[in-house]
Amino acid sequence: MTKTLLSILTAALVTYLVRVLPLTLIRKPIRSRFLRSFLYYVPYVTLAVMTFPAIVQATEQPIAGAAALVAGIIIAWRGGGLITVAASCCGVAFVAELLLGLL
Amino acid sequence: MNQTHSSSRRSVYFEGLRDGFPIGLGYFAVSFSLGIAARNAGLTVAQGLLSSLLCNASAGEYALFTLIGSGAACVEIALATLIINARYLLMSCALSQRMSPDMPFYHRFFIGFDVTDELFGITIARPGCVEPRYFYGAMTASIPMWAAGTALGIFMGNLLPARIVSALSVALYGMFLAIIVPPAKENRVVLGCVLSAFAASAALAFLPVLRSLSSGNRTIILTVIISALAAILFPRPAEEEAAA
Repeated sequence: MTKTLLSILTAALVTYLVRVLPLTLIRKPIRSRFLRSFLYYVPYVTLAVMTFPAIVQATEQPIAGAAALVAGIIIAWRGGGLITVAASCCGVAFVAELLLGLL
Repeated sequence: MNQTHSSSRRSVYFEGLRDGFPIGLGYFAVSFSLGIAARNAGLTVAQGLLSSLLCNASAGEYALFTLIGSGAACVEIALATLIINARYLLMSCALSQRMSPDMPFYHRFFIGFDVTDELFGITIARPGCVEPRYFYGAMTASIPMWAAGTALGIFMGNLLPARIVSALSVALYGMFLAIIVPPAKENRVVLGCVLSAFAASAALAFLPVLRSLSSGNRTIILTVIISALAAILFPRPAEEEAAA
């Protein structure tokens, strides 16, 4: 319980520092081309690493998670928005688990 | 004169509130899915509420919940949060360039609390200097929605049948896909980053020996290696940087 609270406060402090230090102490643009490029790529890599294989492990049946992954990629590739993609993934995972339950 | 000044200040606040409202609705959906992840990691409603009130960051909070679920040490949580949220350094630097020297300094401490992709986006899109009251209006509309969504996600996750929770568990990953797939379609380097991240992440998750690495450490290591390689091999041209 205390450890969870400590974990939350640690994350909150680090998140705040990342946001507030450039506004207060640094106050200069980041000039390094490497650092700017690195920070540009970070969110895509992080989200990709956190999505796969976690999505396959999130559902009770791995196949349902895999089906949701494929559906999500296809719908996002075709221009589906945040909510559309998320809802489709849930729908596909739900139907897949329903069908697997019948087998 | 004084009165018109204060009423224009108020209208700037309400403009922020108005622009923040649709963002708040989007936040609610994302944080509800985040709440399902938090619930799966064993967090209580109060813990999820506190996390979302204090952090305001989807990827960072998701990592936090996963790490709490796996019993990670605080050092690991600090490092993961630093790397996953590092992009806010860029946004805050850009915002800082648009702050008037006449603006009282203390505003920087409050604005710094909620530099998210969306609030950064609407604030930087306005002409002229950053207006703190506009930012506060947007914060008022979006932070409560973000926190409420997380709390409700945990609450409903405990209430709903297992089959529904199992299906809802993929919502957050769907949202992550909606964020990474469109730029991957437009930009080959981003596509390469995403595909190598998928492959490397799966390799580390399933290969013997390597799979003993926690998912938090996996995220830290792969993010640093793949992003650094991409930045060395394919540095971003200057004009695209300004747009990003």
